[in-house]
Amino acid sequence: MALRQGRGYAAVNYPTGMNLGGDPSQALVHATTMGGFVVTLSSVDLGQGLRTVIAQCAAETLGLPIENIIVDTADTDTGPHCMGTFASRGTHRVGNAVIMAAREARDVMLQVAADELEVDAEDLETDGTGFIRLKGSSEKKIHVSDVALAAHFRQGRTISGRGIFLKEPSTPVPETGEMDPDSCQAHACTVAEVEVDDETGVIEVLRLYNTYEIGRALNPAIATQQVEGGAWMGLSHALFESTEPYYPHSREHGPVDFTEYLMPGPADIPAQTSLFLERPAADGPFGAKGIGEMTANAPIPAIANAVYDAVGVRLTSMPFTPEKVLRGLDELRAGRAG
Amino acid sequence: MPSRIVTLKLNGAERELIARPSTTLLDALRETFGLTGAKRGCAQGGCGSCTVLLDGRPVVSCLIPVVTVDGSTVDTIEGLADGDRLDDVQQAFVDHFATQCGFCTPGMIMSATALLDRKPDPTRQEVTEAICGNVCRCTGYEPIITAVLAAAEHRRGVPLASAEAEV
Ligand code: FES
Ligand code: FES
Repeated sequence: MALRQGRGYAAVNYPTGMNLGGDPSQALVHATTMGGFVVTLSSVDLGQGLRTVIAQCAAETLGLPIENIIVDTADTDTGPHCMGTFASRGTHRVGNAVIMAAREARDVMLQVAADELEVDAEDLETDGTGFIRLKGSSEKKIHVSDVALAAHFRQGRTISGRGIFLKEPSTPVPETGEMDPDSCQAHACTVAEVEVDDETGVIEVLRLYNTYEIGRALNPAIATQQVEGGAWMGLSHALFESTEPYYPHSREHGPVDFTEYLMPGPADIPAQTSLFLERPAADGPFGAKGIGEMTANAPIPAIANAVYDAVGVRLTSMPFTPEKVLRGLDELRAGRAG
Repeated sequence: MPSRIVTLKLNGAERELIARPSTTLLDALRETFGLTGAKRGCAQGGCGSCTVLLDGRPVVSCLIPVVTVDGSTVDTIEGLADGDRLDDVQQAFVDHFATQCGFCTPGMIMSATALLDRKPDPTRQEVTEAICGNVCRCTGYEPIITAVLAAAEHRRGVPLASAEAEV
């Protein structure tokens, strides 16, 4: 009886967004009197970091510091339309819509600044610190807060922009099944290293190595969080979580609440190493693809393959409980004996 | 049993409420005092999202009838920051991306605070044990452990990662 180590890997190919009857998201951008820019959305941030990434997209496009951006996702009754945060579509759809809206607002901002400075708007640039200045000149410049004041109180203009990203509907060609179901696809590979106790059947995941090709990681720290938090959930599905075989009758038999539903705690986590390969997607906001849902996928088959490598047991249903490992070992021994 | 008047020293201030025997400390915080930082995840002691400090010790407030802690000191996440200035544990959570949806965060921070108040130089193992009653569905725990260890270092005089940016 021994602790046996094994290594396995699995790769995943994951679509960004989906396409039923067409998949739009809209964004509106407008300047406040003080030169803040409000990005109004109905898109919901469930913790993935959408608000941060959206603020980055708006700031980058407007050429302003991120502190100038106010993201307002407050009200789906009154906000511009969004299909929702699902199908790993948020960054891609909403990012594109926000860039489009911010471009339109930027054009107005530059025109207002041009009229204040008495120059051509085409000759202006943003410096990223809040100033709009004549290209090649350090003197001829105006701060965005003065531009906003001028627009509101002198020129009588709204500095604003509208944006939408629409993935148009696509139906399958009956003869071939061909269709255009998503916008782009992200790719990943996870290598898992496990230790299996062949006496108790307990699997411990020691290390996970994750490599993700997600177009461009707009915010690498948040993207790493998505990868490693998602891998934790994959590990949780692989080793612990299940409402099966009781669902939908869990009330009588299965886990019904937090105290019975198993999940790995802080003492059960593997060491993780995560890397990004950046190959910008042609239709992504600054090249980004979606990363949300795919992150829980690859760890599961990677762990199954690592268990096979460690003890020769091929597990085909989750979770990979000690009982299943021991039954598999028994079968192997019986096979050898027979 | 009739309702009773209960007095708490809540985040440093004397507060009173009229509580039924079944009113939990969590109910009192959220419904009576409007302190919604502590979350109701499971209401049965299994998730830790309702963690607050009771006389300095971390407790799951969903399991405590408030009439049983009359006269106690209660500290919640709302009491940590000084105005807009986050305390060191909160700041470390921000610096190390130790939060995604944020539902577990108030409970995590209170569990971590209780640990660091008692032991400013915990080992990784001790941090893990301190937060093992707090479920997090998003982060995979590693950034949380990192944040708590960084806050501990700060208490021993090492500046936080964000300290430079603040000056
Ligand atoms: S709400 Fe108190 S432990 Fe879950
Ligand atoms: S950040 Fe979402 S539960 Fe911990």
